[in-house]
Amino acid sequence: MANLKEKISSLFPGATIEELDTLRITISPAELHALAKALKEDSESPFDFLMTIVGMDWTESLGCVYYLSSTKTKDIISIKTSTTDRDQPVLPSVSDLWEVAVTYEREVYDFFGIIFTDNPDMRRLFLNIDWKGFPLRKDYDMESNENPVSTENERQSDDTYVYSISADGKLVKTAKPVFEKDDFVVNIGPQHPATHGVLRFRTAVDGETIKKIDVYMGYIHRGVEKLCENLNYFQTLHYMDRLDYFSAHNYHHGLCLCIEKAAGIEAPRRAQVIRVLMDELSRIASHCLFIGTFCMDLGATTMLFYTLRVREQILDIMDKTCGARMTFNYECIGGVMADLDPDFVKDVKALLAVLPSNIAEYNKIFTGNVIAKNRMEGVGKISLDDCISYGVTGPSGRASGWACDVRKTHPYSIYSELDFEQVVMEEGDSMARFKVRIKEMEQSARIIEQLIDNLPEGEICAKVPKVLKLPQGSWWQIVEGCRGLFGVYIESDGGTSPYRLKIAPPCLPLAAAVDHMTSGSKIADLITIGGSLDYIVPDMDR
Amino acid sequence: MEIMEQITTKSMPYEAFKDNEYIESLVEELRASGTNILVGSLDKLINWGRSNSLWPLTFATSCCGIEFVSLGAARFDMARFGWEVARASPRQADFMMVAGTIVNRMVPVFKRLYDQLAEPKYVIACGGCAISGGPFRKSYHVAKGIEDIVPVDVYVPGCPPRPEAMIYGIMQLSRKLKVERFFGGVNRQEKP
Repeated sequence: MANLKEKISSLFPGATIEELDTLRITISPAELHALAKALKEDSESPFDFLMTIVGMDWTESLGCVYYLSSTKTKDIISIKTSTTDRDQPVLPSVSDLWEVAVTYEREVYDFFGIIFTDNPDMRRLFLNIDWKGFPLRKDYDMESNENPVSTENERQSDDTYVYSISADGKLVKTAKPVFEKDDFVVNIGPQHPATHGVLRFRTAVDGETIKKIDVYMGYIHRGVEKLCENLNYFQTLHYMDRLDYFSAHNYHHGLCLCIEKAAGIEAPRRAQVIRVLMDELSRIASHCLFIGTFCMDLGATTMLFYTLRVREQILDIMDKTCGARMTFNYECIGGVMADLDPDFVKDVKALLAVLPSNIAEYNKIFTGNVIAKNRMEGVGKISLDDCISYGVTGPSGRASGWACDVRKTHPYSIYSELDFEQVVMEEGDSMARFKVRIKEMEQSARIIEQLIDNLPEGEICAKVPKVLKLPQGSWWQIVEGCRGLFGVYIESDGGTSPYRLKIAPPCLPLAAAVDHMTSGSKIADLITIGGSLDYIVPDMDR
Repeated sequence: MEIMEQITTKSMPYEAFKDNEYIESLVEELRASGTNILVGSLDKLINWGRSNSLWPLTFATSCCGIEFVSLGAARFDMARFGWEVARASPRQADFMMVAGTIVNRMVPVFKRLYDQLAEPKYVIACGGCAISGGPFRKSYHVAKGIEDIVPVDVYVPGCPPRPEAMIYGIMQLSRKLKVERFFGGVNRQEKP
């Protein structure tokens, strides 16, 4: 990293470099693209994975924080850039370097109104085109009735826009149609049983072959990030349950770790073990439901009944300890809310005893099935390079050969002490994505086996002040959710509530990659591909 | 003709239901207005059939929808009550279980789905978000309860409600069906 610092300061004398929890480079918008390119093409540690773009409103300026990671050295670096023009903020796009940036920049444009020049698709992402104002700006009036709830159909446009800077320095807006003039467009969703929630695909087809998919999101955009800005740190936690409701524990874990890192609190050993146990139990439950719903999408309805049997058993364990079946709100800042139920160890052992035979049963019924093989093998292939460029993490990324498990690459909590394997497959098709998840269930069971017999005694929660104020600064924490890399960015102004809390969900890049993965396949394969990616719509929409 | 004394559903005694003034008032109203023997008996027969085969529209936006999936699986098994025929098309469904948050962008879609349901149609608001906006009430992009958009028959509170609560909610709906007048009542043609 020291080497890198020297390199940057020699190439970009205008950049300031700070050591926060990651290396932070502050640079002017004019040099941003050159810096991003240099970092991406660095020979020693190429920063080829864009984790997120955090839009920011610092009142006197608007800007972005880019979090990059190197798949080679695992280093994380952040770039900060800002512009003081509030009426027409313009930043250069990095979408030619990372494909996923197209979507991330659309999100920033939607929330902050920052225009990215040369982004090929500069539309709003979650809000409709007639939406007034930019909701995550600090001067947005939450009480105003400018954007009332309306039962009228929203206005839609078939055009997207590209902004560019002309020779005389003016911003030029060019309309560009989303589809070609004689494309036949089929609308799938938002209310469709196979889209796993309220996601909408505008699909241009040529006969039965998909030409292009325009993914329409925002049908469950609930504005969690803005809501968090008005709550104190303890209150922000409960929204994590309601994003990806299958990874409720994992997301809680992520936000808790981020706040704990900022406040200098360390959770006691027992709490850390309980957190990891809960994370892995939810991973098994989540993958169980994935197998069930995915097979149901392919027409094998019976599988849902088999997989939900195990899931219910896990939910019972959670229910006894956390008091709820789904939105647990169990992990808190400094530890966990309550101690384990007296039956916990016994119940978990009962689960571990039946799990291998259940997994064998799933494989017997479905994985080897000829119909399933024909529908999944070779369908929806995505290469390793595309995975990194599109930011497809989690089981979907690992199915393409990208060893991106945060538990191994950036170990948090007690994961570095545990003995488990990162499941990586090379094929990159729907079958591989399915198999990775089945194997991950076995690995999660292995982690639980190691922990369940020697639960450490002691406190379950560290001492945390009743009124928690974080010092000024910003922090970034990543954890492995059930569907991939989950990141939390907190910026604090020293108060009791976050100045900005950005959630980087794993499902947004998954949905952004759908167009790339499906183009050229048959329209029936869209269901297989979407199902195997296993995105959760409230997670991508937030 | 005498209206049945206690409105109940299969396998659950009347005492097990919490007080439901709304259904009691419906019974009172029917008693007061009197019913024709012939039509009343037909009403009873048809309502018996309707209340035991309520077909839901699969409409789930978030967390509550997953509990609705559990409801359909073997453990909670809503097939016991004849509710398992979840339809993907509103044309074939009797009621809509609104499971999850309804946000601004979803409202027109939701309203259209409701309009597409065939009469007589019912709506269950399931979970805090559908009832009032729930934890997201203060958000800039969330409808503060679906009752502003469509008429609601049953509210099932919870975040998300447990499957047992959902069963109880649908049971209340099937009780409501039993005291309705089908002929000349809910089956009438809406004026365009």
